[in-house]
Amino acid sequence: MGQLPVDNRLFERNVPGSTEVLARCTIALAGCGGLGSNAAIALARSGVGRLILVDSDAVELSNLNRQHFFQADLGRPKVEALADHLKAINPAIELALHTKRMQREDVFHLFAAADLLIEAFDLAESKKWLIEEWCSLFPDRPIICASGISGLGHTESLTVRRSGNIVLCGDEWSEMAQGLCAARVGIVANMQANLAIELLMSKGDPGTC
Amino acid sequence: MLTINNRDKIEWHEGMNVRDVLVAMKYDYPLITVTVNGELVTEEKYSTFNIPDNANVIVFHLAHGG
Repeated sequence: MGQLPVDNRLFERNVPGSTEVLARCTIALAGCGGLGSNAAIALARSGVGRLILVDSDAVELSNLNRQHFFQADLGRPKVEALADHLKAINPAIELALHTKRMQREDVFHLFAAADLLIEAFDLAESKKWLIEEWCSLFPDRPIICASGISGLGHTESLTVRRSGNIVLCGDEWSEMAQGLCAARVGIVANMQANLAIELLMSKGDPGTC
Repeated sequence: MLTINNRDKIEWHEGMNVRDVLVAMKYDYPLITVTVNGELVTEEKYSTFNIPDNANVIVFHLAHGG
């Protein structure tokens, strides 16, 4: 998609110095559900210049209890609906959209341009192979994962743990079968977005991968 | 001595691998990601990746939900 000029008023309340750095960044999101859709919205509002969105699903009514979609989105591919919402915030944001079920062998060509990856898959098995593949292909680039976002309350149990370029948010024990609550999922999604911004700002000059 | 999850300490011995640490710590949850001194160790290397003394081993638990 072509880049439009940014109306500078959009980011005039941003933290000074952040807009210029984040505008040059590319963040990939593997999954656009409860984690990915909410993290993408926070990143767009923060001024991140380019997002790579990957998800195979269409929006269902049961998604609306926690994911950043609306009744009018029902039946649409999530990446397309989310792209419209992101453009409605910042028309100048650049988006690469992939409606597909990701496989391990897709990681390189989908994410080669990303400075950083946000893991936002449902299944723990998928989280595991994505971490392994990303760290193998891009050992110097961060991956921000989530594990344990389900249930209610237990806010104090939502933590951040780091090792090398792997960062993990969540409680690491709650399971999807407990049910999912917008508030708790949203906290972890925004933790992921906040960590992405923190890491990219500390890097200083992203976009040079 | 090894540090596990920035908290627990266990005795190190020559040739100690990731599988030995998981057994010593009684970790039997199947979906985990392990790093040693910040380096990811994939599951097929759990029995062959020798951990150096004084290493920091992190075990991340992966739970469903996204």
